[in-house]
Amino acid sequence: MAAGVAAWLPFARAAAIGWMPVANCPMPLAPADKNKRQDELIVLNVSGRRFQTWRTTLERYPDTLLGSTEKEFFFNEDTKEYFFDRDPEVFRCVLNFYRTGKLHYPRYECISAYDDELAFYGILPEIIGDCCYEEYKDRKRENAERLMDDNDSENNQESMPSLSFRQTMWRAFENPHTSTLALVFYYVTGFFIAVSVITNVVETVPCGTVPGSKELPCGERYSVAFFCLDTACVMIFTVEYLLRLFAAPSRYRFVRSVMSIIDVVAIMPYYIGLVMTNNEDVSGAFVTLRVFRVFRIFKFSRHSQGLRILGYTLKSCASELGFLLFSLTMAIIIFATVMFYAEKGSSASKFTSIPASFWYTIVTMTTLGYGDMVPKTIAGKIFGSICSLSGVLVIALPVPVIVSNFSRIYHQNQRADKRRAQKKARLARIRVAKTGSSNAYLHSKRNGLLTEALELMGTPEEEHMGKSTSLIESQHHHLLHCLEKTTGSSYLVGDPLLSVRTSTIKNHEFIDEQMFEQNCMESSMQNYPSTRSPSLSSHPGLTTTCCSRRSKKTTHLPNCNLPAARLRSMQELSTIHIQGSEQPSLTTSRSSLNLKADDGLRPNCKTSQITTAIISIPTPPALTPEGESRPPPASPGPNTNIPSIASNVVKVSAL
Amino acid sequence: MGAVMGTFSSLQTKQRRPSKDIAWWYYQYQRDKIEDELEMTMVCHRPEGLEQLEAQTNFTKRELQVLYRGFKNECPSGVVNEETFKQIYAQFFPHGDASMYAHYLFHAFDITQTGSVKFEDFVTALSILLRGTVHEKLRWTFNLYDINKDGYINKEEMMDIVKAIYDMMGKYTYPVLKEDTPRQHVDVFFQKMDKNKDGIVTLDEFLESCQEDDNIMRSLQLFQNVM
Repeated sequence: MAAGVAAWLPFARAAAIGWMPVANCPMPLAPADKNKRQDELIVLNVSGRRFQTWRTTLERYPDTLLGSTEKEFFFNEDTKEYFFDRDPEVFRCVLNFYRTGKLHYPRYECISAYDDELAFYGILPEIIGDCCYEEYKDRKRENAERLMDDNDSENNQESMPSLSFRQTMWRAFENPHTSTLALVFYYVTGFFIAVSVITNVVETVPCGTVPGSKELPCGERYSVAFFCLDTACVMIFTVEYLLRLFAAPSRYRFVRSVMSIIDVVAIMPYYIGLVMTNNEDVSGAFVTLRVFRVFRIFKFSRHSQGLRILGYTLKSCASELGFLLFSLTMAIIIFATVMFYAEKGSSASKFTSIPASFWYTIVTMTTLGYGDMVPKTIAGKIFGSICSLSGVLVIALPVPVIVSNFSRIYHQNQRADKRRAQKKARLARIRVAKTGSSNAYLHSKRNGLLTEALELMGTPEEEHMGKSTSLIESQHHHLLHCLEKTTGSSYLVGDPLLSVRTSTIKNHEFIDEQMFEQNCMESSMQNYPSTRSPSLSSHPGLTTTCCSRRSKKTTHLPNCNLPAARLRSMQELSTIHIQGSEQPSLTTSRSSLNLKADDGLRPNCKTSQITTAIISIPTPPALTPEGESRPPPASPGPNTNIPSIASNVVKVSAL
Repeated sequence: MGAVMGTFSSLQTKQRRPSKDIAWWYYQYQRDKIEDELEMTMVCHRPEGLEQLEAQTNFTKRELQVLYRGFKNECPSGVVNEETFKQIYAQFFPHGDASMYAHYLFHAFDITQTGSVKFEDFVTALSILLRGTVHEKLRWTFNLYDINKDGYINKEEMMDIVKAIYDMMGKYTYPVLKEDTPRQHVDVFFQKMDKNKDGIVTLDEFLESCQEDDNIMRSLQLFQNVM
């Protein structure tokens, strides 16, 4: 229940009077208003700044420090106010949370200070409203990264005795600053990459003439020297590649990575050249292969962060670039066609075909204007000028758009993914809160039943199984109970003493989805031609009138013609499942929207509850004919079925 | 009367000049847009004075204050429309679909059928429900069931109401709800209420039958101390 809506509970309860004439059974008693005190103002003194609010405002969230009795520890008898020695600025946000139900994160506040304050007041940061949640998460991530960087740099100075040799080597490759050896290796490979690239370049420079023959490029003049250099470089590269392959934690993934492919492509030409030196036919192809040696320059990207970022940039902006290319192509084809037909008439025209005109169009549109092809006819000149003008537009316009598009799309994608993830998390939170509220009802019912059953069995247990629920809780539960009695349906509680309970069940009950499906499955299994949804079943079963006693012998299920024995076995099966640990159902303490007070017997396991709820959302329980279980993977076994049942999400209507 | 309705609705009809002037159309569009926005933000209602409300209802001043604070928190504009009403009511019944029952409730609260419930209407109805006499409560309930407000409850209206109540339970009940469970429920109800078996229940029949039934009498007293 949201905070403000708690104020409407009197209205909802009053509206329940509309059900009274329709109901056939007597209604349960209303919870007594034990200490009905008038709403009073309480004063909260936070480091000298006084805040005042109504007591009921704070009690909206009984799971926080201010909403629970924990604040009594801070009560100052002399001044009759609650004194907190904390930051008043953040307290303002905290108090607004109680008032409006939304927690905001002020941008000027430091993230760790804010987190500390929230932790002090017992408020989960997940409750931060959508308006501020992104900002909060961003800051938190930056902070975490900063911490991680600090930790990393600390760790780098420590020794890591537990790493294996292979792992040390991999770390050395990835992060050259870990040890001196790694640094040496890093520089050596860098040097050899540079040498190799320079060699490739210098190889082709004409090196002066040898008397008696034409000018030779240096590569052919000093071929032995160049060959030795090449060999040395390739040796180093091969050794490096093999070492990396050995040290990689996942060899398969390493082989598929871009850098390793570049490595391979860089050294392959050499080996291929070794293999087929003397064959004249393929030496032409071999010469082409040498072009791939230029890929060695890409090996520098391991050494340069900037290159990596550029590569990633281009990759992420590929669609924009593709669009630019496409629009250019369109323009080129159009203008080339036009120029070709315009220049067709003129003699000795260079525009021999449309593809030949492509070159002219490209040169003109990019405003290069080599002048090797010029139109001679008047029409050609006119279209040529149109072409160059439009070239300026076609090229100059999209480029800044691409640049800004890139930055915008990049950030937008990140934000969209974040929002999607947050949306799922947010819906999950809402679902948890809703199941929490309904399961709180089930839980309190169960506690009520337990105490009833215990009284029946005469065991001298204490009456209260746990903390009593808040007044709002009990009133809400009473309301739901009245609804049950009105309709003759109620929530079925998975309690261990179900067999005791069934003898006193008078009505339909609310059940959670699990029990419901189990019942349906079992009934359908027994050749009962009903579908899973009750509304589709149309069997003239025995009707349950409200208040009919359903003992274990006879069945009054309106929905099925099951023989009594079956029903009993079904009930027994259900009791088997719902055995006994005294673990109460999903309680939603601070892990929910901080509204529930059902701590009960449960030890403090906040986050686990959330995860089970989330896990169980998409998968409906699979039912075997024996009815054995179906707990979601998070819960560990039949003995803790209660948390699993309770944590199975009940479908709720949309807010 | 302290009621102040500050609406800036453009009640004048727009004359469509047969002009093709683009600038004119654009100006009209902008003006309409602005007026719409103004209209949406300016509806606001303030209730009558506290003394008057105290005199008209059975609540004390403090109770009225608490009620108004809650009301204003949820509906800052001072009136609650049907959508908000349904949303608020749905929060109390997470398992089922409370929208139909909330719809009928809304029309029972909205005595003047204006489409929005002001604080006075709200508090008047609550006063009857929580502090009224049995007679008044039964009369209010009769009004709730009488969907078309014609003074009689027929079977269809009762079916709608009962179905709406059953909808609030949701799907997952044990034992499962059948199609005709509501109908049977309504039959039982009519058997009890319809004295002269003419297929409709009048106010007098309703009052008489309810007063004969102890369960109903007792349950009507249930919410005495809600405030």
